[in-house]
Amino acid sequence: MNEFEYRAPQTLAEALADYSAHPSAKLLAGGTDLIVQMRAGRKTPDVVLDIKHIAELNELSYDAAKGLTLGAAVPCHIIHNSDVVKREYPALAELAGIIGGTAIQGRASIGGNLCNSSPSADSIPLLIAMGAICRIASAKGERTVPVESFCTAPGRNVLEPGELLVSLQIPAKSKGTGSYYLRFIPRNEMDIAVVGAGVEVTLSDGKISAARVALAAVAPTPLFVTEAGAALIGKEPGSEAFEAAAQAARNAATPISDMRGTVAYRKHLCAVITRRALEAAVAQAKERQ
Amino acid sequence: MASKVRVETTINGEPTEFLCEPRQSLLECLRDVLHLTGTKEGCNDGNCGACTVVMNGALVTSCLVLGPEAQGARIETVEGIAKGNQLHPLQQAFLEEAALQCGICTPGFLVASKMLLEKNAQPTEQEIRLWLANNLCRCTGYDKIIRAVQKAATQMAEVKA
Ligand SMILES: Cc1cc2nc3c(=O)[nH]c(=O)nc-3n(C[C@H](O)[C@H](O)[C@H](O)COP(=O)(O)OP(=O)(O)OC[C@H]3O[C@@H](n4cnc5c(N)ncnc54)[C@H](O)[C@@H]3O)c2cc1C
Ligand code: FES
Ligand code: FES
Repeated sequence: MNEFEYRAPQTLAEALADYSAHPSAKLLAGGTDLIVQMRAGRKTPDVVLDIKHIAELNELSYDAAKGLTLGAAVPCHIIHNSDVVKREYPALAELAGIIGGTAIQGRASIGGNLCNSSPSADSIPLLIAMGAICRIASAKGERTVPVESFCTAPGRNVLEPGELLVSLQIPAKSKGTGSYYLRFIPRNEMDIAVVGAGVEVTLSDGKISAARVALAAVAPTPLFVTEAGAALIGKEPGSEAFEAAAQAARNAATPISDMRGTVAYRKHLCAVITRRALEAAVAQAKERQ
Repeated sequence: MASKVRVETTINGEPTEFLCEPRQSLLECLRDVLHLTGTKEGCNDGNCGACTVVMNGALVTSCLVLGPEAQGARIETVEGIAKGNQLHPLQQAFLEEAALQCGICTPGFLVASKMLLEKNAQPTEQEIRLWLANNLCRCTGYDKIIRAVQKAATQMAEVKA
């Protein structure tokens, strides 16, 4: 690994001042992407800023009006075991239990998963489906960006030099709303998604009144498929509606062929995984009515 | 050369100080600086779990932790599992069930299994397999390891009762 200087700012103001003075620095949360990339020589920062001692990046709080504030550096094992996340956002609690294995979850953060901006990142489709908003800060000020607009290319996102992700805001979920993330991997765990689908549906009076669908590993960025959501709205939750959304997901996908699967296989999986994720989300929505 | 940093940490309950370069992993610091060679290196990229230790109450792969991150942390390694000459029930069960051959994966399995049993004293086979999915073994075929964890869980429950 190249040599670098390590610094661990203790406050957000300190981190932002340091980062704006050294925009070539790399930010370290759990390091489960960054340290692997530095060791492989793919990233060679001269300064590493360890941002996980900053209070705002460790916040995990729920408010019935504002929803969940999830600090960017909160590690998955905390999310997976959090009572409020398990109760209000069961799909998020489950997601935090499938990223890597137990020793990866001891470090890996959802903020790091998002900022690494891999097309196959597991958390991003679910964050999009749940309507999560990024709170971004720099020494110059703050802005918010919806997660569906965050990633711009493999490994790239809207963060400008000197900007960091502070937290994610996930809206409170009304009764009758269910969310789910499902990925297809050849093993049972510890593998990279061939295809993943994050979905959220809201039921009112027996019909779907709101729906969001997003996909992993089928395009250069995580893919928000508005057509799939539109295909569900106003319909009764059942195989006809699910099939329409599944076909919309299949049509929107522009995957590549690689060792994990061919284009045709991935497109087929898009439909299957989307349909199954919708079935699970609807079951949860019914339970929560 | 980047200057070394001083790190004050607690390892297996002992306040410990060491010097390291920021690019040295916690795994390298444990093995090469502190000569705590129980923790092993397999893949050096987070996949095999041979380097698993507990850091501030969480399981981590120490190859993916920078040495300076240990500042102020509480670290527990395989060296802290036995009490003097008295093996932990997990260690005893690993021996009795022949849950190791080359032994490279064993410290990681022991550290991870110990935390599992602390959180869930009577895990099902499925729960054990899922928890240990971050630990690879190229020798035993896993079944013996699962049996050893089950045996230790049973024994620990009997001691408590
Ligand atoms: C063995 C193994 C298994 C894995 N399994 C999975 C899996 O199943 N699914 C999956 O999706 N991923 C997986 N990963 C990848 C990785 O663990 C996740 O992407 C993880 O969520 C990254 O989080 P982190 O906190 O470790 O990020 P880090 O490595 O600390 O950071 C990742 C990137 O984001 C940047 N960054 C971090 N925080 C911020 C911030 N607040 N603001 C701006 N930039 C920031 C960093 O500079 C870096 O470029 C796996 C990795 C390993 C080693
Ligand atoms: S050596 Fe750390 S996980 Fe393999
Ligand atoms: S005993 Fe050899 S790798 Fe497990």
